[in-house]
Amino acid sequence: MAALPTVVFMALTSERTERSSERGTPADSRSAVAVVWNSTVGKKAAMAVSGLVLLGYLVLHMIGNLKIFFGPADLNGYAAWLRTIGQPFLGHEWFLWIARLVLLAAVLVHATAAYQLSRRDLRARPTGYRHRRARSSYATRTMRWGGVILALFIVWHILDLTTLTVNPKAEPGHPYENVVASFHTWYSGVIYCLAMLALGMHVRHGFWSAAQTLGLNNPRRDRALKACADLLAFALTAGFLAVPIAVMTGAVK
Amino acid sequence: MNLTLRIWRQPGPDAPGEMTVYQVGGITEDMSFLEMLDILNEELILRGDQPVAFDHDCREGICGACSMVINGRPHGPERTTTCQLHMRHFTDGDTIDVEPWRSAAFPVIKDLVVDRSAFDRIIGAGGYITAPTGSAPDAHAVPVPKEAADRAFEHAECIGCGACVAACPNGSAMLFTAAKVVHLNLLPQGAPERRSRVRSMVAAMDSEGFGGCTNTGECATACPKGIGLDAIGTLNREFLRAR
Repeated sequence: MAALPTVVFMALTSERTERSSERGTPADSRSAVAVVWNSTVGKKAAMAVSGLVLLGYLVLHMIGNLKIFFGPADLNGYAAWLRTIGQPFLGHEWFLWIARLVLLAAVLVHATAAYQLSRRDLRARPTGYRHRRARSSYATRTMRWGGVILALFIVWHILDLTTLTVNPKAEPGHPYENVVASFHTWYSGVIYCLAMLALGMHVRHGFWSAAQTLGLNNPRRDRALKACADLLAFALTAGFLAVPIAVMTGAVK
Repeated sequence: MNLTLRIWRQPGPDAPGEMTVYQVGGITEDMSFLEMLDILNEELILRGDQPVAFDHDCREGICGACSMVINGRPHGPERTTTCQLHMRHFTDGDTIDVEPWRSAAFPVIKDLVVDRSAFDRIIGAGGYITAPTGSAPDAHAVPVPKEAADRAFEHAECIGCGACVAACPNGSAMLFTAAKVVHLNLLPQGAPERRSRVRSMVAAMDSEGFGGCTNTGECATACPKGIGLDAIGTLNREFLRAR
């Protein structure tokens, strides 16, 4: 019994010497951020945090979009209000630009981590199995290509409804009219609908995966987190799809 | 029972390999998969051919030596090790594909034998308690919460066979590393080193060239000891807290 404190003491001192001596990994001499970013676990955590930032934005974006069902005055008024957030502390559109920079940073972190981890993952299995069979769920298997589709869609979406470069109406300050004009072209509707289905799949695996990666999951929460991921994926897809479908069916003119 | 086997044959680490077809007869449903391969090997030796090389040791499901991917699943269709997989799970006339573990960190040595010493190096980086603990202490000497003891024991069941790496589409060793981290970090004996352990073991795991976790869950499905995906969640938490 008397040996116990000694054992604990030895364990404590050994940890201390391990930290300060060369016995530690080379990673120990680098900064905490570098250690996290350079490990697979840490890079995934960066991906999870940036993904959750983007997911939070998408929920707000989707709710904002639904104002289209209240008419042009509501949606255009909402769009104008977004530019005044923070005034007079912030200047006109400042908040919008801050939000855009945060989103851009999140997309860059998310995509860089995804690219680097995917490269590593593919290198780790250089030879595949001859006996092929379906592995994991469809949502899980399509994360990488789904992410590429979403990245391409973001570019298209900004050209269509932010810079109005490819928008058929292109009237600044009139998002309602621009959205309606955009979805009157068949290709815009098709691109948008496909991207939103990809988004739903991405969120379905991504939300639960983020919780697991950040160590917030446990057996008791697992089912609730999966249900939450399904609900988020469904709500986002349905909410975003409601707008083009309403325009294409003539419910919103 | 007569079977058609398609087995990965590779004479050496750098030699090219291929799937080779063998017919094997006289198999009974009570034989294990390894006993079935023993019969094939006896025939090959009598013919003057090279027998199929495969790892095996205890043949009772506790050592983790046997390692083959059967019809695309590590250890085959049942949740067990290959040595405890019985031929009753197959039917007469079946064609069975047998391949080695596939991972950049587990290079093929010969046929179905792969080099799993990467796992030893992960364990060497922190999968132990540094302090000499002597013989087993009295059961009440160190209070261990029942829940922690049960969970630590479940994760100590890992036999290091590598089925998780073989199953993972990214060849990731997260489940293996997680099992050891959960086992030791939950116990008071392992607590003093919990931070350095998880840091060192994750660094060792990454430096061996294993892929990252994409939460596909293939590893937990393949694990013959039933170690769950929640172990990886705990590993992630321990790693992020150890900063």
